[in-house]
Amino acid sequence: MSSTTAADTIEVMEHDDTCPRIGGSKLTAEEKREIDREFAYYEDKGSVGLEALRLVQRHRGWISDETLYAISDYLGISPTQLESIATCYQMIFRQPVGQEVLFLCKSSSCWIMGCERLQHHLQQKLQIAPGETTSDGMFTLLETPCLGDCDKAPVMMVGEEMHRHLTEEKLDELILEKKSHNVDQSAD
Amino acid sequence: MLTNPLTKNIGADNTAADIGRYRENGGYRGWRKALQMSPADIIEMVQEAGLRGRGGAGFNTGLKWSFVPQGEDAPAVRYLVCNADEMEPGTFKDRLLMERDPHLLLEGMAIAAFAIGARRAYIFIRGEYHLAAARLENAIEEARREQLIGDSIPDTDFQLHIHVHRSAGNYICGEETALLNALEGQRAIPRTKPPFPQVSGLWGKPTVVNNVETLCNIPHLLDLGVDWYKNLGRADDSGTKVFGVSGRVRNPGAWELPMGTPIREIIEQHAGGMRDGVKLRGLLPGGGSTDFLGPDQLDLPMDYDTIGKAGSRMGTGTITILDDHTCPVGLVLNLSRFFARESCGWCTPCRDGLPWIVTILERIERGDGQPGDLDLLREQAQRMGPGNTFCALAPGAAAPIQSALKLFEQDFVQHLTRGCCPYAQEQQRVAQAV
Repeated sequence: MSSTTAADTIEVMEHDDTCPRIGGSKLTAEEKREIDREFAYYEDKGSVGLEALRLVQRHRGWISDETLYAISDYLGISPTQLESIATCYQMIFRQPVGQEVLFLCKSSSCWIMGCERLQHHLQQKLQIAPGETTSDGMFTLLETPCLGDCDKAPVMMVGEEMHRHLTEEKLDELILEKKSHNVDQSAD
Repeated sequence: MLTNPLTKNIGADNTAADIGRYRENGGYRGWRKALQMSPADIIEMVQEAGLRGRGGAGFNTGLKWSFVPQGEDAPAVRYLVCNADEMEPGTFKDRLLMERDPHLLLEGMAIAAFAIGARRAYIFIRGEYHLAAARLENAIEEARREQLIGDSIPDTDFQLHIHVHRSAGNYICGEETALLNALEGQRAIPRTKPPFPQVSGLWGKPTVVNNVETLCNIPHLLDLGVDWYKNLGRADDSGTKVFGVSGRVRNPGAWELPMGTPIREIIEQHAGGMRDGVKLRGLLPGGGSTDFLGPDQLDLPMDYDTIGKAGSRMGTGTITILDDHTCPVGLVLNLSRFFARESCGWCTPCRDGLPWIVTILERIERGDGQPGDLDLLREQAQRMGPGNTFCALAPGAAAPIQSALKLFEQDFVQHLTRGCCPYAQEQQRVAQAV
C-alpha cells in the first residue's frame, strides 16, 4: 500500500473493450530470464508474482496495466490476483514515479525527532504533496512506515540508500546532489 | 565465558563478518555439533534452555518446533521460514543482526531446519532492507561453497537450500500466516488458526516461522549448552537480547544485554539518560504495539512475564521514549495512523475501527475534541481487543491508545478544555534547540 494520497489516485483496471489486454508491452527476453530464475525457489509459477513485479519494475520504473497483464499472462495467473498482490506493497508502483523516490519515515521515533518538520520542508521545496511527483519528473515523495533505523532518527530512504540524522540543511544538500547527479546522467 | 553471543562478531566498522572471519571466531561449530545429534534431542535442548521468541510473542521456541509432526506418517516436505519483516515502529534490532553478522542467522537456520526436518528455508525480508538482503545472499553463497549448506554437506544426507524472499513493504506480512500467504504469491492477509503453521503452513506443509533474533540465539546455545544459556539471563528468562532505545536520549542505540536487565539501566547507562532539558514521561517497551509504561516502572526487569504482568508486553525489546516536551496525544495519533494504514482490511473492527480512532484523535489534537470523545476512544480500543479480530494487529494498535488514556489522561483532557494542543509551541521550541 502506498500513502493515502497515492491510494486515492491509484489506477483502476478497466474491464471494457479499451482494456489493454493484447499487444502493448510483452515482457522482454531479459525480464523473462530474470523471472525464470525465481521459479526454482517456489512450488509453482504462480507464486512468484511479487518477484516478477519487482524485477520488471526495475526495468520499467513502474507497473502499468499493460505490464500487469503481460506478467500475469506469463505466470498463468489472473490479472486480478496479480493486482491483489501489487496493491499490497508500498514499493510496487502502479503509477509512474520520479527518478528518485523519497521514502520519508513517518513512524514514532522519527515523529518524536521531527519528521513532520522535514516533510513540511520537502513539500515546500519540491512543491509536491505525499504521493506526488515533481513536474520535472525528478522526485516522488512517499510517507513510509518505520524504516527500522530509529536510533538514527529522523531518517529517509532514497532509492536503496539510507540518510540518517536528517536536518533541513542535509535535505537541501541531498536534493541538490540528486538533481545534479541525474542531470549529469541524462547528459551522458 | 561468552556473554554476548549475538553480537560478538559485530565490530565498530560497518562491514559484515565474512565466512572466514566468522569461522575463525568459532562459527558453524554449533551446526557441526547439531549434525552429531538427533533432531529430537536438539528440540528438547532448545526447549529446556527456555529460549522464547524474540519477534515479540515470547513463545518457547523448542516447544514451537516440537509441534511439527514427526515420524513415518508425517509429511516429508516441511519448511522453515525466518521472519525478517521487521517493521514494528521503533524496532531496529534485526537490521543490525542481518547486516553485520549474516552467517550467525544462517547457522541458526541450518540447525533449526535440521531439527524440524526442513530441506528448504526462506528468509522473508522486508523490501526496504536492501543491504541486509544483499549480505545474506552473499553469505548463503559463501556457506554453499564451503558445503555448510546445499546438496552435499559432508557426513550427512541432510540437504538444505536457503532463499532470500524480498518483500516490498507491508506490515501485516510480519503476522506469520499473512507472511505465508505472501510467500505463496497470495495477497497478504492472515489465515484462520487452527490449523497452526507447524501442522499446515506454507503450501499446506508443516512450517516453522521464527524471528531473526530467535534463530541467532541457536548456534551458541548448541555449542555452549543449556546451563551456559540459562545463566546468561539476570532474572526469570534465559539468554541475552538486543535491547534498543530511541527518542530524546543522549545516546540512542542497540546493545546486547542479559534478559532481565532493568529498564532504568538500559536507558540511563547504555542510552546515556535523557538529553538536557527534557524528562522521561513514559515509554513503549517493545515497539508501537505495546502499552506505555510510566516513569514509576523503570526498575522492572526486561523479562516477558514481568513486563506482561505490569500491563504491557516486552514485544521486540526496543524501547521508544516519550519525553515531557512531546505530545502524548500526537504520538498516539501517529501510531494509530500507522496501524490504520497497515490494516489489511480483512476484518471490520480493524478496518473500520482504526480510521475512526484516527478521526477522533485528529480532532482532539487539533483542539476540536468533543465531550465523550475519550469514552468513545476507550470503547473503540476495547472493541479491537483480543478475541474480536482475526489477528493481533488490532489488539496491538489498541495497546498504546488504552494505556495512554490511563497514563496521560490529563493531557487528553487539557486538549479538550483548552481547545488546542498544549505542546504545539513547546514542540517547536525544543525541535529548534535540539
